[in-house]
Amino acid sequence: MIYLQLFWSFFQVGLFSIGGGYAALPLIQKQIVEINHFLTMNEFVDIITISQMTPGPIGINAATFVGMNIKGIPGAIVATVGCVTPSCIIVLTLAYFYYKYRNLWAVQGALSGLRPTVVSLIASAGISILILALFNGYSDSWQNIDFSQFDPWAFILFVIGFIILRKFKANPIYVMLGCGAAGLIIYTI
Amino acid sequence: MNKGWSFYRKLFTSTFYLSAFTFGGGYVIVPLMKKKFVDELKWIEEKEMLDMVAIAQSAPGVIAVNTSIMLGYRLAGISGAFITVLGTVLPPLIILSVISLFYAAFKENAAVHAVLKGMSAGVAALIADVTVNMSKNIIKEKNIFSILIMAVTFCAVFFFNVDVMYVLLISGVIGILYTLYRMSKNRGNAK
Repeated sequence: MIYLQLFWSFFQVGLFSIGGGYAALPLIQKQIVEINHFLTMNEFVDIITISQMTPGPIGINAATFVGMNIKGIPGAIVATVGCVTPSCIIVLTLAYFYYKYRNLWAVQGALSGLRPTVVSLIASAGISILILALFNGYSDSWQNIDFSQFDPWAFILFVIGFIILRKFKANPIYVMLGCGAAGLIIYTI
Repeated sequence: MNKGWSFYRKLFTSTFYLSAFTFGGGYVIVPLMKKKFVDELKWIEEKEMLDMVAIAQSAPGVIAVNTSIMLGYRLAGISGAFITVLGTVLPPLIILSVISLFYAAFKENAAVHAVLKGMSAGVAALIADVTVNMSKNIIKEKNIFSILIMAVTFCAVFFFNVDVMYVLLISGVIGILYTLYRMSKNRGNAK
């Protein structure tokens, strides 16, 4: 029963991809390429490339892609539902307890430590994205910056975008679309 | 609270719209969510959103999906969570379904690459903006404890690549211990 197999393997992807994003890649690879042979390694690498080029989380993208390849649109839906089912169960349980107990001193205490941590997680992810953008995708952390790959246009777009967001409180989506349009002009000419 | 049809429609279209623009990884949904649900619709507060992201990050699965489950549950219970998950999952489902049909052409397309390169600079600006806002709010509280946690966890994650799960766990425990310490100090003062 291929649908059940699809559902179950992506259920495991959803359940065990802890930490999010690229931390989950080895696990997704194991499920899709090694255990179930849904895709070859080359096709898997293609999914990573496409995920970087499209919105949406890599887990969902992989589920959709594999499902489409195997059983068309119903397959894509089954795999995606499998991928989000564990999240739904676990996060809803956590949400229930959060809203029930969030006024307890211990929960308040834990959250007082977690809030600044979330800000620094976002900051850290943001700087990695900035390094990727400025150095043409050759580096993603401070250890392996290749300065010969510095892209001045990306830097200019970043600065203009940042100023527009801060000074004019522009809608972020327009800033992204504007940068995309500017990129089309800059990089294809 | 009685939620009408227009509320659910707004919830669905908002999350659909956000998800369609979440380029570059799970955390990109945070600035978009803050703009839409905190600043524009004023349905939640920034502090509560940070709690939601912390919980979403602690659970397995995709950050963007987990965050939207928290948001949906907060605004309209289980049915709200169902709507926000649907809104978050549909854009990648649709986009990838279409792309999987002709992905070789898409992958090699120079125009697509150019647009995406430009957009990645925009995404970086977006995250930089929201980071400045949020860290400013933390610093404004003038609470040395929060500022210290923010600085130390940033170094741990960014410079030393410490696993995010450990960082969250430890900062939660430290938060509890610090609260205990403050409570015992207050009790001592009251006597």
